[in-house]
Amino acid sequence: MANASKDEVLVRIRGLHFSHGPRVILDGIDVDIRRGSVATIMGPSGTGKTTLLRLIGGQLKPDAGTVEVDGQNVASLSRGELFQLRKRMGMMFQTGALFTDLTVFDNVAFPLREHTDLPESMIRDLVIIKLNAVGLRGARDLMPSELSGGMARRVALARAISLDPMMIMYDEPFTGQDPITVGVIMQLIRRLNDNMGLTSVIVSHDVAEVSAISDQICLLSGGKVVADGSPRDLRESQSAWAKQFLNAEPDGPVPFHYPAKDYRDDLFGERD
Amino acid sequence: MDQWLQALGKGGLSFFERLGRGNVFLLRTLTGLPSAMGHFRLVIQQLHSVGVLSIQIIGVSGLTVGMVLGLQMYNTLVDFGAEDSLGPVVALSLVRELGPVLAALLFAGRAGSALTAEIGLMKATEQLSGMEMMAVDPIKRVIAPRFVAGFISMPLLAAIFSAVGILGSYFVGIGLLGVDSGAFWSQMQSKVDLMEDVVNGVIKSVVFGFVATWIAVFEGYDAVPTTEGVSRATTRTVVHTAFAVLGLDFVLTAMMFGED
Ligand SMILES: Nc1ncnc2c1ncn2[C@@H]1O[C@H](COP(=O)(O)OP(=O)(O)OP(=O)(O)O)[C@@H](O)[C@H]1O
Ligand SMILES: [Mg+2]
Repeated sequence: MANASKDEVLVRIRGLHFSHGPRVILDGIDVDIRRGSVATIMGPSGTGKTTLLRLIGGQLKPDAGTVEVDGQNVASLSRGELFQLRKRMGMMFQTGALFTDLTVFDNVAFPLREHTDLPESMIRDLVIIKLNAVGLRGARDLMPSELSGGMARRVALARAISLDPMMIMYDEPFTGQDPITVGVIMQLIRRLNDNMGLTSVIVSHDVAEVSAISDQICLLSGGKVVADGSPRDLRESQSAWAKQFLNAEPDGPVPFHYPAKDYRDDLFGERD
Repeated sequence: MDQWLQALGKGGLSFFERLGRGNVFLLRTLTGLPSAMGHFRLVIQQLHSVGVLSIQIIGVSGLTVGMVLGLQMYNTLVDFGAEDSLGPVVALSLVRELGPVLAALLFAGRAGSALTAEIGLMKATEQLSGMEMMAVDPIKRVIAPRFVAGFISMPLLAAIFSAVGILGSYFVGIGLLGVDSGAFWSQMQSKVDLMEDVVNGVIKSVVFGFVATWIAVFEGYDAVPTTEGVSRATTRTVVHTAFAVLGLDFVLTAMMFGED
Protein backbone atom coordinates (compact mmCIF):
# COMPACT_ATOMS: atom_id res chain seq x y z
CA MET A 1 0.00 0.00 0.00
CA ALA A 2 2.73 2.42 0.96
CA ASN A 3 4.42 2.36 -2.39
CA ALA A 4 1.14 2.20 -4.25
CA SER A 5 1.20 5.93 -4.82
CA LYS A 6 4.52 5.65 -6.62
CA ASP A 7 3.00 3.16 -9.00
CA GLU A 8 3.05 4.36 -12.59
CA VAL A 9 -0.30 2.79 -13.30
CA LEU A 10 -3.39 4.32 -11.73
CA VAL A 11 -6.03 1.96 -13.11
CA ARG A 12 -5.05 -1.64 -13.62
CA ILE A 13 -7.64 -3.99 -15.10
CA ARG A 14 -6.87 -7.68 -15.28
CA GLY A 15 -8.91 -10.51 -16.77
CA LEU A 16 -12.15 -8.59 -16.33
CA HIS A 17 -15.35 -10.50 -17.09
CA PHE A 18 -18.82 -9.09 -16.73
CA SER A 19 -22.27 -10.22 -17.87
CA HIS A 20 -25.76 -8.79 -17.68
CA GLY A 21 -27.71 -11.97 -17.03
CA PRO A 22 -26.89 -14.37 -19.83
CA ARG A 23 -25.38 -11.66 -22.05
CA VAL A 24 -21.61 -11.49 -21.79
CA ILE A 25 -20.59 -7.84 -22.00
CA LEU A 26 -16.89 -7.88 -21.10
CA ASP A 27 -14.99 -11.05 -21.80
CA GLY A 28 -11.50 -10.87 -20.37
CA ILE A 29 -10.19 -7.31 -20.49
CA ASP A 30 -6.67 -6.19 -19.58
CA VAL A 31 -5.99 -2.46 -19.58
CA ASP A 32 -3.47 -0.23 -17.81
CA ILE A 33 -4.10 3.48 -17.51
CA ARG A 34 -1.04 5.44 -16.54
CA ARG A 35 -1.07 8.18 -13.95
CA GLY A 36 -1.34 11.61 -15.53
CA SER A 37 -2.43 10.37 -18.91
CA VAL A 38 -5.55 10.91 -20.96
CA ALA A 39 -6.90 7.53 -21.97
CA THR A 40 -9.79 7.01 -24.33
CA ILE A 41 -12.01 3.99 -24.56
CA MET A 42 -13.62 3.58 -27.94
CA GLY A 43 -15.83 0.95 -29.38
CA PRO A 44 -19.10 0.35 -31.13
CA SER A 45 -22.30 1.35 -29.40
CA GLY A 46 -23.38 -1.23 -26.85
CA THR A 47 -20.02 -2.92 -26.37
CA GLY A 48 -19.88 -2.05 -22.71
CA LYS A 49 -17.90 1.17 -22.44
CA THR A 50 -20.25 2.71 -19.89
CA THR A 51 -20.27 -0.65 -18.13
CA LEU A 52 -16.48 -0.53 -17.93
CA LEU A 53 -16.58 2.93 -16.34
CA ARG A 54 -19.11 1.68 -13.81
CA LEU A 55 -16.83 -1.22 -12.97
CA ILE A 56 -13.95 1.18 -12.43
CA GLY A 57 -16.17 3.32 -10.20
CA GLY A 58 -17.25 0.27 -8.21
CA GLN A 59 -20.93 0.55 -9.10
CA LEU A 60 -20.87 -2.89 -10.66
CA LYS A 61 -18.96 -5.91 -9.43
CA PRO A 62 -16.96 -8.01 -11.89
CA ASP A 63 -17.87 -11.66 -12.38
CA ALA A 64 -14.17 -12.45 -12.57
CA GLY A 65 -10.93 -10.50 -12.71
CA THR A 66 -9.92 -7.34 -10.88
CA VAL A 67 -10.05 -3.59 -11.23
CA GLU A 68 -7.42 -1.78 -9.21
CA VAL A 69 -7.54 1.96 -8.77
CA ASP A 70 -4.58 3.57 -7.04
CA GLY A 71 -3.49 0.17 -5.77
CA GLN A 72 -6.86 -0.74 -4.27
CA ASN A 73 -9.00 -3.56 -5.57
CA VAL A 74 -12.29 -1.76 -6.08
CA ALA A 75 -14.55 -4.79 -5.74
CA SER A 76 -13.13 -5.80 -2.35
CA LEU A 77 -13.44 -2.39 -0.67
CA SER A 78 -15.96 -1.83 2.09
CA ARG A 79 -18.63 0.75 1.47
CA GLY A 80 -16.80 3.35 3.51
CA GLU A 81 -13.49 2.74 1.74
CA LEU A 82 -15.22 2.83 -1.64
CA PHE A 83 -16.78 6.19 -0.77
CA GLN A 84 -13.36 7.51 0.27
CA LEU A 85 -11.99 6.42 -3.09
CA ARG A 86 -14.91 7.95 -4.98
CA LYS A 87 -14.31 11.34 -3.43
CA ARG A 88 -11.12 11.29 -5.47
CA MET A 89 -12.91 10.20 -8.66
CA GLY A 90 -15.15 12.42 -10.72
CA MET A 91 -17.58 10.98 -13.19
CA MET A 92 -19.51 12.70 -15.91
CA PHE A 93 -22.50 10.57 -16.84
CA GLN A 94 -23.59 10.04 -20.42
CA THR A 95 -27.01 11.47 -19.59
CA GLY A 96 -25.72 14.21 -17.31
CA ALA A 97 -27.57 12.84 -14.29
CA LEU A 98 -28.08 16.33 -12.89
CA PHE A 99 -30.30 16.65 -9.83
CA THR A 100 -33.54 17.93 -11.28
CA ASP A 101 -34.65 19.64 -8.08
CA LEU A 102 -31.51 21.78 -7.78
CA THR A 103 -30.37 24.76 -9.83
CA VAL A 104 -27.24 24.58 -11.96
CA PHE A 105 -25.35 26.38 -9.22
CA ASP A 106 -26.51 24.00 -6.50
CA ASN A 107 -25.74 20.98 -8.68
CA VAL A 108 -22.12 22.05 -9.03
CA ALA A 109 -21.96 23.02 -5.36
CA PHE A 110 -23.42 19.68 -4.26
CA PRO A 111 -20.17 17.69 -3.85
CA LEU A 112 -18.49 20.65 -2.16
CA ARG A 113 -21.32 21.06 0.32
CA GLU A 114 -21.46 17.34 1.03
CA HIS A 115 -17.77 16.70 1.47
CA THR A 116 -16.16 19.92 2.65
CA ASP A 117 -16.74 22.45 5.41
CA LEU A 118 -15.89 25.41 3.23
CA PRO A 119 -17.75 28.65 3.97
CA GLU A 120 -20.55 29.48 1.56
CA SER A 121 -18.65 32.45 0.08
CA MET A 122 -15.77 30.20 -0.93
CA ILE A 123 -18.12 27.58 -2.35
CA ARG A 124 -19.69 30.32 -4.43
CA ASP A 125 -16.35 31.36 -5.85
CA LEU A 126 -15.32 27.78 -6.62
CA VAL A 127 -18.61 27.03 -8.35
CA ILE A 128 -18.32 30.19 -10.44
CA ILE A 129 -14.80 29.22 -11.49
CA LYS A 130 -15.94 25.73 -12.54
CA LEU A 131 -18.97 27.07 -14.38
CA ASN A 132 -16.85 29.65 -16.13
CA ALA A 133 -14.53 26.90 -17.32
CA VAL A 134 -17.42 25.24 -19.16
CA GLY A 135 -18.84 28.55 -20.36
CA LEU A 136 -22.01 28.45 -18.30
CA ARG A 137 -21.35 31.03 -15.60
CA GLY A 138 -24.40 32.94 -16.83
CA ALA A 139 -26.65 29.88 -16.53
CA ARG A 140 -26.13 29.37 -12.83
CA ASP A 141 -29.71 30.11 -11.81
CA LEU A 142 -31.38 27.88 -14.38
CA MET A 143 -32.98 24.57 -13.48
CA PRO A 144 -31.76 21.45 -15.31
CA SER A 145 -35.08 21.26 -17.17
CA GLU A 146 -34.25 24.63 -18.75
CA LEU A 147 -30.95 23.41 -20.23
CA SER A 148 -30.29 21.90 -23.62
CA GLY A 149 -28.73 18.43 -23.75
CA GLY A 150 -25.31 19.84 -24.50
CA MET A 151 -25.52 22.40 -21.71
CA ALA A 152 -26.63 19.75 -19.22
CA ARG A 153 -23.57 17.72 -20.09
CA ARG A 154 -21.30 20.71 -19.55
CA VAL A 155 -22.86 21.32 -16.14
CA ALA A 156 -22.25 17.66 -15.37
CA LEU A 157 -18.63 18.21 -16.35
CA ALA A 158 -18.34 21.20 -14.03
CA ARG A 159 -19.81 19.10 -11.24
CA ALA A 160 -17.45 16.21 -11.91
CA ILE A 161 -14.43 18.48 -11.47
CA SER A 162 -15.75 20.45 -8.52
CA LEU A 163 -13.89 18.43 -5.89
CA ASP A 164 -10.61 18.51 -7.85
CA PRO A 165 -10.36 14.72 -8.02
CA MET A 166 -7.30 12.67 -8.95
CA MET A 167 -9.13 11.00 -11.78
CA ILE A 168 -12.09 11.93 -13.95
CA MET A 169 -14.18 9.67 -16.13
CA TYR A 170 -16.04 11.33 -18.97
CA ASP A 171 -18.80 9.33 -20.64
CA GLU A 172 -19.21 10.78 -24.13
CA PRO A 173 -18.38 14.40 -23.33
CA PHE A 174 -18.55 15.59 -26.95
CA THR A 175 -21.87 14.11 -27.99
CA GLY A 176 -24.45 16.75 -28.78
CA GLN A 177 -22.02 19.68 -28.59
CA ASP A 178 -21.49 22.25 -31.30
CA PRO A 179 -18.00 22.36 -32.88
CA ILE A 180 -16.91 25.35 -30.82
CA THR A 181 -17.89 23.69 -27.57
CA VAL A 182 -16.22 20.46 -28.64
CA GLY A 183 -13.00 22.39 -29.08
CA VAL A 184 -13.40 24.09 -25.70
CA ILE A 185 -14.12 20.83 -23.91
CA MET A 186 -11.17 19.12 -25.58
CA GLN A 187 -8.85 21.87 -24.42
CA LEU A 188 -10.45 21.82 -21.00
CA ILE A 189 -9.94 18.10 -20.54
CA ARG A 190 -6.33 18.28 -21.62
CA ARG A 191 -5.60 21.41 -19.59
CA LEU A 192 -7.22 20.10 -16.42
CA ASN A 193 -5.31 16.90 -16.85
CA ASP A 194 -1.93 18.56 -17.23
CA ASN A 195 -2.29 21.50 -14.87
CA MET A 196 -3.86 19.61 -12.01
CA GLY A 197 -2.01 16.35 -12.49
CA LEU A 198 -5.19 14.40 -13.10
CA THR A 199 -5.77 11.18 -14.92
CA SER A 200 -8.61 11.23 -17.42
CA VAL A 201 -10.60 8.38 -18.86
CA ILE A 202 -12.81 9.33 -21.80
CA VAL A 203 -15.43 7.30 -23.55
CA SER A 204 -16.01 8.75 -26.96
CA HIS A 205 -16.72 7.99 -30.59
CA ASP A 206 -15.14 11.13 -31.96
CA VAL A 207 -11.97 9.74 -33.49
CA ALA A 208 -10.44 13.01 -34.60
CA GLU A 209 -11.05 14.82 -31.33
CA VAL A 210 -9.78 12.14 -29.02
CA SER A 211 -6.76 11.37 -31.20
CA ALA A 212 -5.73 14.97 -30.71
CA ILE A 213 -5.82 14.90 -26.91
CA SER A 214 -5.31 11.28 -25.87
CA ASP A 215 -2.12 9.58 -24.82
CA GLN A 216 -3.71 6.18 -25.11
CA ILE A 217 -6.62 4.76 -27.05
CA CYS A 218 -8.16 1.47 -26.18
CA LEU A 219 -10.52 -0.09 -28.67
CA LEU A 220 -13.17 -2.46 -27.34
CA SER A 221 -15.23 -4.78 -29.44
CA GLY A 222 -17.18 -7.90 -28.69
CA GLY A 223 -16.15 -7.80 -25.05
CA LYS A 224 -12.43 -7.80 -25.82
CA VAL A 225 -9.70 -5.22 -26.22
CA VAL A 226 -8.91 -5.35 -29.93
CA ALA A 227 -6.37 -2.55 -30.01
CA ASP A 228 -4.54 -0.56 -27.33
CA GLY A 229 -1.85 2.05 -27.75
CA SER A 230 -1.08 5.67 -28.54
CA PRO A 231 -3.13 7.35 -31.28
CA ARG A 232 -0.11 7.10 -33.58
CA ASP A 233 0.30 3.36 -32.84
CA LEU A 234 -3.30 2.85 -33.76
CA ARG A 235 -3.11 4.85 -36.97
CA GLU A 236 -0.06 2.92 -38.06
CA SER A 237 -1.32 -0.43 -36.90
CA GLN A 238 -2.31 -2.99 -39.45
CA SER A 239 -5.09 -4.25 -37.20
CA ALA A 240 -8.28 -4.51 -39.18
CA TRP A 241 -10.23 -3.40 -36.11
CA ALA A 242 -8.28 -0.21 -35.68
CA LYS A 243 -8.45 0.57 -39.39
CA GLN A 244 -12.16 0.09 -39.58
CA PHE A 245 -12.84 2.21 -36.55
CA LEU A 246 -10.45 5.06 -37.26
CA ASN A 247 -11.57 5.30 -40.88
CA ALA A 248 -15.24 4.82 -40.10
CA GLU A 249 -15.70 2.02 -42.58
CA PRO A 250 -19.05 0.28 -42.43
CA ASP A 251 -17.60 -3.12 -43.28
CA GLY A 252 -14.96 -4.93 -41.36
CA PRO A 253 -14.52 -7.04 -38.26
CA VAL A 254 -16.76 -4.81 -36.15
CA PRO A 255 -20.37 -5.79 -36.77
CA PHE A 256 -22.82 -2.93 -37.21
CA HIS A 257 -25.73 -5.12 -36.10
CA TYR A 258 -26.81 -6.26 -32.70
CA PRO A 259 -26.60 -10.08 -32.75
CA ALA A 260 -29.53 -11.40 -34.79
CA LYS A 261 -30.48 -14.23 -37.05
CA ASP A 262 -29.83 -14.07 -40.75
CA TYR A 263 -31.43 -11.00 -42.37
CA ARG A 264 -32.73 -12.92 -45.40
CA ASP A 265 -34.20 -15.56 -43.12
CA ASP A 266 -35.84 -12.88 -41.03
CA LEU A 267 -37.55 -11.32 -44.02
CA PHE A 268 -38.41 -14.34 -46.14
CA GLY A 269 -38.05 -17.33 -43.81
CA GLU A 270 -40.62 -18.82 -41.51
CA ARG A 271 -42.38 -16.40 -39.21
CA ASP A 272 -42.27 -17.01 -35.49
CA MET B 1 -51.26 -28.87 -12.02
CA ASP B 2 -47.49 -28.94 -12.35
CA GLN B 3 -47.43 -25.54 -13.96
CA TRP B 4 -49.79 -24.19 -11.39
CA LEU B 5 -47.52 -25.37 -8.58
CA GLN B 6 -44.51 -23.94 -10.35
CA ALA B 7 -46.20 -20.58 -10.71
CA LEU B 8 -47.17 -20.66 -7.06
CA GLY B 9 -43.61 -21.48 -6.03
CA LYS B 10 -42.20 -18.77 -8.23
CA GLY B 11 -44.67 -16.20 -6.95
CA GLY B 12 -43.95 -17.19 -3.37
CA LEU B 13 -40.21 -16.99 -3.85
CA SER B 14 -40.32 -13.58 -5.47
CA PHE B 15 -42.69 -12.36 -2.77
CA PHE B 16 -40.30 -13.38 -0.02
CA GLU B 17 -37.34 -12.05 -1.93
CA ARG B 18 -39.00 -8.65 -2.18
CA LEU B 19 -39.97 -8.78 1.47
CA GLY B 20 -36.35 -9.50 2.34
CA ARG B 21 -35.08 -6.67 0.18
CA GLY B 22 -37.69 -4.39 1.71
CA ASN B 23 -36.49 -5.23 5.20
CA VAL B 24 -32.82 -4.74 4.38
CA PHE B 25 -33.79 -1.44 2.81
CA LEU B 26 -35.73 -0.46 5.93
CA LEU B 27 -32.74 -1.24 8.13
CA ARG B 28 -30.46 0.86 5.94
CA THR B 29 -33.01 3.68 6.03
CA LEU B 30 -33.27 3.53 9.81
CA THR B 31 -29.49 3.63 10.21
CA GLY B 32 -29.54 6.67 7.89
CA LEU B 33 -31.95 8.55 10.16
CA PRO B 34 -29.36 10.25 12.39
CA SER B 35 -27.65 11.81 9.40
CA ALA B 36 -31.02 12.86 7.97
CA MET B 37 -31.66 14.68 11.22
CA GLY B 38 -28.29 16.35 10.68
CA HIS B 39 -29.61 17.68 7.35
CA PHE B 40 -32.78 18.96 8.93
CA ARG B 41 -33.37 21.43 6.10
CA LEU B 42 -34.03 18.46 3.80
CA VAL B 43 -36.60 17.06 6.21
CA ILE B 44 -38.37 20.44 6.34
CA GLN B 45 -38.55 20.56 2.53
CA GLN B 46 -40.05 17.09 2.47
CA LEU B 47 -42.48 17.90 5.28
CA HIS B 48 -43.75 20.59 2.99
CA SER B 49 -44.20 18.44 -0.10
CA VAL B 50 -45.37 15.31 1.70
CA GLY B 51 -47.36 16.84 4.54
CA VAL B 52 -48.42 20.40 3.86
CA LEU B 53 -49.43 19.75 0.27
CA SER B 54 -51.63 16.84 1.41
CA ILE B 55 -53.63 18.99 3.83
CA GLN B 56 -56.04 20.11 1.14
CA ILE B 57 -57.26 16.67 0.11
CA ILE B 58 -57.25 15.46 3.72
CA GLY B 59 -59.27 18.47 4.85
CA VAL B 60 -61.85 18.27 2.06
CA SER B 61 -62.28 14.52 2.49
CA GLY B 62 -62.51 14.82 6.26
CA LEU B 63 -65.18 17.48 5.95
CA THR B 64 -67.38 15.50 3.54
CA VAL B 65 -66.96 12.24 5.44
CA GLY B 66 -67.91 14.03 8.66
CA MET B 67 -70.96 15.64 7.06
CA VAL B 68 -72.16 12.33 5.60
CA LEU B 69 -71.59 10.58 8.91
CA GLY B 70 -73.58 13.27 10.67
CA LEU B 71 -76.51 12.83 8.30
CA GLN B 72 -76.55 9.04 8.34
CA MET B 73 -76.07 8.65 12.09
CA TYR B 74 -78.73 11.24 12.81
CA ASN B 75 -81.29 9.34 10.74
CA THR B 76 -80.70 6.18 12.74
CA LEU B 77 -80.33 7.79 16.14
CA VAL B 78 -83.42 9.91 15.86
CA ASP B 79 -85.60 6.78 15.61
CA PHE B 80 -84.53 5.90 19.14
CA GLY B 81 -84.71 9.47 20.36
CA ALA B 82 -80.95 9.35 20.84
CA GLU B 83 -79.92 12.18 18.57
CA ASP B 84 -78.03 13.77 21.45
CA SER B 85 -75.50 10.94 21.05
CA LEU B 86 -74.58 12.17 17.58
CA GLY B 87 -71.40 13.78 18.95
CA PRO B 88 -69.84 10.70 20.54
CA VAL B 89 -70.91 8.35 17.73
CA VAL B 90 -69.30 10.49 15.06
CA ALA B 91 -66.23 11.24 17.14
CA LEU B 92 -65.65 7.60 18.02
CA SER B 93 -65.99 6.43 14.43
CA LEU B 94 -63.59 9.06 13.22
CA VAL B 95 -61.00 8.93 15.96
CA ARG B 96 -60.84 5.15 16.24
CA GLU B 97 -61.28 4.04 12.64
CA LEU B 98 -62.08 6.39 9.81
CA GLY B 99 -59.53 9.07 10.61
CA PRO B 100 -56.45 6.84 10.62
CA VAL B 101 -57.61 4.47 7.86
CA LEU B 102 -58.99 6.98 5.38
CA ALA B 103 -56.16 9.42 5.99
CA ALA B 104 -53.67 6.62 5.29
CA LEU B 105 -55.44 5.62 2.08
CA LEU B 106 -55.58 9.22 0.90
CA PHE B 107 -51.98 9.71 1.98
CA ALA B 108 -50.94 6.76 -0.19
CA GLY B 109 -52.77 8.24 -3.15
CA ARG B 110 -51.55 11.79 -2.74
CA ALA B 111 -48.12 11.66 -1.10
CA GLY B 112 -47.05 8.01 -1.36
CA SER B 113 -47.48 7.79 -5.10
CA ALA B 114 -45.63 11.08 -5.53
CA LEU B 115 -42.75 9.81 -3.38
CA THR B 116 -42.50 6.61 -5.40
CA ALA B 117 -42.63 8.40 -8.73
CA GLU B 118 -40.07 10.98 -7.67
CA ILE B 119 -37.57 8.45 -6.33
CA GLY B 120 -38.18 6.08 -9.25
CA LEU B 121 -37.53 8.85 -11.75
CA MET B 122 -34.40 9.90 -9.92
CA LYS B 123 -33.26 6.32 -10.31
CA ALA B 124 -34.25 6.15 -13.97
CA THR B 125 -32.36 9.35 -14.79
CA GLU B 126 -29.23 8.09 -12.99
CA GLN B 127 -29.47 10.75 -10.29
CA LEU B 128 -29.18 8.10 -7.60
CA SER B 129 -26.16 6.41 -9.14
CA GLY B 130 -24.67 9.83 -9.83
CA MET B 131 -24.98 10.56 -6.15
CA GLU B 132 -23.31 7.28 -5.27
CA MET B 133 -20.45 8.11 -7.60
CA MET B 134 -20.05 11.38 -5.70
CA ALA B 135 -19.65 9.32 -2.54
CA VAL B 136 -23.03 10.41 -1.17
CA ASP B 137 -25.32 7.65 0.02
CA PRO B 138 -28.75 8.19 -1.60
CA ILE B 139 -30.39 6.32 1.26
CA LYS B 140 -29.17 8.98 3.66
CA ARG B 141 -29.56 11.96 1.36
CA VAL B 142 -32.78 11.11 -0.50
CA ILE B 143 -34.64 8.30 1.24
CA ALA B 144 -34.20 9.02 4.94
CA PRO B 145 -35.51 12.63 4.91
CA ARG B 146 -38.56 11.53 2.93
CA PHE B 147 -39.16 8.67 5.31
CA VAL B 148 -38.96 10.93 8.36
CA ALA B 149 -41.29 13.46 6.75
CA GLY B 150 -43.90 10.83 5.88
CA PHE B 151 -43.69 9.28 9.31
CA ILE B 152 -44.23 12.63 11.02
CA SER B 153 -46.93 13.84 8.62
CA MET B 154 -49.27 10.86 8.65
CA PRO B 155 -50.43 11.05 12.30
CA LEU B 156 -50.88 14.81 11.97
CA LEU B 157 -52.91 14.38 8.79
CA ALA B 158 -55.05 11.73 10.48
CA ALA B 159 -55.66 14.13 13.37
CA ILE B 160 -56.66 16.88 10.95
CA PHE B 161 -58.97 14.45 9.17
CA SER B 162 -60.75 13.53 12.41
CA ALA B 163 -60.96 17.10 13.67
CA VAL B 164 -62.34 18.47 10.42
CA GLY B 165 -64.72 15.51 10.20
CA ILE B 166 -66.13 16.27 13.64
CA LEU B 167 -66.62 19.88 12.62
CA GLY B 168 -68.40 18.71 9.46
CA SER B 169 -70.84 16.60 11.42
CA TYR B 170 -71.34 19.50 13.82
CA PHE B 171 -72.37 21.79 10.97
CA VAL B 172 -74.79 19.22 9.62
CA GLY B 173 -76.14 18.09 12.97
CA ILE B 174 -76.51 21.46 14.63
CA GLY B 175 -76.94 23.70 11.60
CA LEU B 176 -79.25 21.59 9.45
CA LEU B 177 -80.84 18.99 11.68
CA GLY B 178 -81.28 20.92 14.89
CA VAL B 179 -79.35 18.77 17.34
CA ASP B 180 -78.57 20.53 20.61
CA SER B 181 -75.10 22.00 20.48
CA GLY B 182 -74.42 21.63 24.21
CA ALA B 183 -75.42 17.96 24.17
CA PHE B 184 -73.29 17.33 21.09
CA TRP B 185 -70.08 18.51 22.76
CA SER B 186 -70.71 17.42 26.34
CA GLN B 187 -71.75 13.90 25.34
CA MET B 188 -68.68 13.70 23.17
CA GLN B 189 -66.49 14.82 26.01
CA SER B 190 -67.86 12.30 28.45
CA LYS B 191 -67.96 9.30 26.08
CA VAL B 192 -64.66 9.65 24.27
CA ASP B 193 -61.85 8.34 26.43
CA LEU B 194 -58.41 9.81 26.01
CA MET B 195 -56.43 6.60 26.44
CA GLU B 196 -58.91 4.08 25.10
CA ASP B 197 -59.98 6.00 22.00
CA VAL B 198 -57.72 8.90 21.15
CA VAL B 199 -54.38 7.31 21.98
CA ASN B 200 -55.30 4.06 20.24
CA GLY B 201 -56.29 6.03 17.17
CA VAL B 202 -52.99 7.87 17.26
CA ILE B 203 -51.11 4.57 17.59
CA LYS B 204 -52.91 3.31 14.51
CA SER B 205 -52.03 6.37 12.51
CA VAL B 206 -48.38 6.13 13.58
CA VAL B 207 -48.25 2.49 12.45
CA PHE B 208 -49.99 3.32 9.16
CA GLY B 209 -47.68 6.25 8.58
CA PHE B 210 -44.65 4.05 9.08
CA VAL B 211 -45.91 1.34 6.74
CA ALA B 212 -47.28 3.67 4.06
CA THR B 213 -44.06 5.70 3.89
CA TRP B 214 -41.90 2.59 3.94
CA ILE B 215 -43.83 1.08 1.03
CA ALA B 216 -43.70 4.34 -0.92
CA VAL B 217 -39.96 4.94 -0.63
CA PHE B 218 -39.09 1.27 -1.10
CA GLU B 219 -41.17 0.93 -4.26
CA GLY B 220 -39.46 4.02 -5.67
CA TYR B 221 -35.98 2.83 -4.77
CA ASP B 222 -36.67 -0.70 -6.03
CA ALA B 223 -38.42 0.40 -9.24
CA VAL B 224 -37.21 -0.89 -12.57
CA PRO B 225 -35.51 2.27 -13.88
CA THR B 226 -37.65 2.78 -16.96
CA THR B 227 -40.87 4.62 -17.74
CA GLU B 228 -43.09 1.54 -17.34
CA GLY B 229 -41.10 0.44 -14.32
CA VAL B 230 -41.82 3.69 -12.50
CA SER B 231 -45.48 3.69 -13.45
CA ARG B 232 -45.88 0.11 -12.22
CA ALA B 233 -44.10 0.97 -8.98
CA THR B 234 -46.44 3.91 -8.41
CA THR B 235 -49.48 1.69 -8.85
CA ARG B 236 -47.99 -0.90 -6.51
CA THR B 237 -47.48 1.74 -3.83
CA VAL B 238 -51.15 2.63 -3.77
CA VAL B 239 -52.40 -0.96 -3.94
CA HIS B 240 -49.97 -2.43 -1.42
CA THR B 241 -50.50 0.42 1.01
CA ALA B 242 -54.25 -0.12 0.83
CA PHE B 243 -53.88 -3.84 1.56
CA ALA B 244 -51.36 -3.27 4.32
CA VAL B 245 -53.40 -0.54 6.01
CA LEU B 246 -56.68 -2.43 5.89
CA GLY B 247 -55.07 -5.66 7.10
CA LEU B 248 -53.17 -3.94 9.89
CA ASP B 249 -56.28 -2.03 10.88
CA PHE B 250 -58.07 -5.29 11.55
CA VAL B 251 -55.17 -6.68 13.57
CA LEU B 252 -54.74 -3.49 15.58
CA THR B 253 -58.47 -3.14 16.21
CA ALA B 254 -58.65 -6.72 17.44
CA MET B 255 -55.72 -6.09 19.78
CA MET B 256 -56.98 -2.74 21.09
CA PHE B 257 -60.73 -3.14 21.31
CA GLY B 258 -61.13 -6.91 20.98
CA GLU B 259 -61.62 -8.05 24.56
CA ASP B 260 -64.40 -6.04 26.13
N1 LIG C 1 -29.21 -3.09 -16.73
C1 LIG C 1 -28.94 -3.82 -17.84
N2 LIG C 1 -29.49 -5.04 -17.99
C2 LIG C 1 -29.21 -5.79 -19.07
N3 LIG C 1 -28.39 -5.42 -20.06
C3 LIG C 1 -27.81 -4.22 -19.97
C4 LIG C 1 -28.05 -3.35 -18.86
N4 LIG C 1 -27.33 -2.24 -19.03
C5 LIG C 1 -26.69 -2.38 -20.19
N5 LIG C 1 -26.97 -3.58 -20.76
C6 LIG C 1 -26.40 -4.09 -22.01
O1 LIG C 1 -25.01 -4.02 -21.88
C7 LIG C 1 -24.43 -3.63 -23.10
C8 LIG C 1 -23.39 -2.59 -22.83
O2 LIG C 1 -24.01 -1.41 -22.38
P1 LIG C 1 -23.19 -0.08 -22.20
O3 LIG C 1 -24.14 0.96 -21.71
O4 LIG C 1 -21.99 -0.34 -21.38
O5 LIG C 1 -22.78 0.24 -23.72
P2 LIG C 1 -21.89 1.43 -24.28
O6 LIG C 1 -20.67 0.80 -24.83
O7 LIG C 1 -21.72 2.48 -23.25
O8 LIG C 1 -22.79 1.94 -25.47
P3 LIG C 1 -23.03 3.45 -26.00
O9 LIG C 1 -21.84 3.82 -26.79
O10 LIG C 1 -24.24 3.32 -26.85
O11 LIG C 1 -23.23 4.30 -24.78
C9 LIG C 1 -25.55 -3.17 -24.01
O12 LIG C 1 -25.59 -4.06 -25.11
C10 LIG C 1 -26.80 -3.28 -23.22
O13 LIG C 1 -27.77 -3.96 -23.97
MG1 LIG D 1 -22.47 4.32 -22.92
